[in-house]
Amino acid sequence: MNQLLIDYTLHLADNSLILGQRNSEWCGHGPVLEQDIAITNISLDLIGQARNFYQYAAQLINAQDKSEGPKAPAPLERGFGGEVTEDSLAYLRKEREFSNCLLVEQPNKDWAQTILRQFFFSQYQYLLFEQLQNTKDEQLAAIAEKSLKEITYHLRWSGEWVIRLGDGTEESHQRMIKAIDELWRYTGEMFTPAEYEKTFGIDFNKIKEDWSQKVKIIFDEASLIPPLGGGGAAFMQTGGKTGKHTEHLGYILTELQYMQRAYPRCEW
Amino acid sequence: MTLHTIDKKTIYSYLEEINDPEVPVLSIIDLGIVRDVIMKNEELEVIITPTYTGCPAMDMITATIKIQLATLGFKKVKVTQVLSPAWTTEWMSEEGKRKLKEYGIAPPNAKQQVCDQKLFAAAEAVPCPHCDSYHTHRISEFGSTACKALYQCDDCKEPFDYFKCH
Repeated sequence: MNQLLIDYTLHLADNSLILGQRNSEWCGHGPVLEQDIAITNISLDLIGQARNFYQYAAQLINAQDKSEGPKAPAPLERGFGGEVTEDSLAYLRKEREFSNCLLVEQPNKDWAQTILRQFFFSQYQYLLFEQLQNTKDEQLAAIAEKSLKEITYHLRWSGEWVIRLGDGTEESHQRMIKAIDELWRYTGEMFTPAEYEKTFGIDFNKIKEDWSQKVKIIFDEASLIPPLGGGGAAFMQTGGKTGKHTEHLGYILTELQYMQRAYPRCEW
Repeated sequence: MTLHTIDKKTIYSYLEEINDPEVPVLSIIDLGIVRDVIMKNEELEVIITPTYTGCPAMDMITATIKIQLATLGFKKVKVTQVLSPAWTTEWMSEEGKRKLKEYGIAPPNAKQQVCDQKLFAAAEAVPCPHCDSYHTHRISEFGSTACKALYQCDDCKEPFDYFKCH
């Protein structure tokens, strides 16, 4: 049971960290100053969420190590003085140990793809955390409750941009269509629970239903149509939740973890 | 004065002197982030709640609390962060709101405007902190810090920060 809680907490942390890292790549490169600030603010919120989840995961793992002895083979590198910390979880785990959804690791490409990825994820996260704030694990519930307020802003901002781009110029409309073609296949994974997601009272069917409906409202306003009208027949790629990632995650970690790999245990 | 005779009120008055590093006109008491102070023998535990999940000021505030209470004589100060119930701008003191406005930042509106997906409803009416006009528009949902949005007044033309409802 505790292992499931650890795995689930890490999954939630990884989702937030990887999307936060992705968005932060826009820092200094946003289309206009205000939007550069917006996307990096969202990064900050996501990395803040990730910290809360990693701190909690570290606490659970250390407690488990104490009572049962470290798992062999150790699933995580025991960095930083033998104890797992939020930093060792972010900086010392390898690709296959990350369990984020495939959607969040997809490249930024252009503004349209970045916006759509954020919108898809924020809408999902909003619905998920609405349920998670009532879960029986108090700390997960507290983090969800806290994060929801921020996600509300992410959702509003990204939704407005989807409409602006979809219903904007011929060029922006085309770019949104391309972004939908690129990203749609990664949305199904969010609603397909992994083993560790099944014991927290989350109704994934309801999230999927509500998500599809909310996306449709925004897409209608944006003159956009999901593949196959959003029907269930579209192919969906999965794997991220169990550590099987697209090639992109490796590159993200290479950059994210560079300092700790090159100078182990460095601090500033 | 021994540590035992120091009451909560004195401790709060010391905490009152600590300002938010990002909005230096507000104390951490004005912001409503100090939840409780627990005294046990000569040890103190200060319970705080973060305003925003990723707010980088929290680490600095934690350090400042320890330093500030050390000047009162407390050597052992533990600062604990709690997340629930989540911080809300409703906890900001009236004094805090007044100070914000004077500083040129529009204070948070009373109720959070939720993200209505049926097209996000009407924009929030935010009065200009300089000329009090409601004739303003939002430039960006996100501002110079996590807690602010950027607005501009259509009457006096001044751009200004708005401390978002949260």
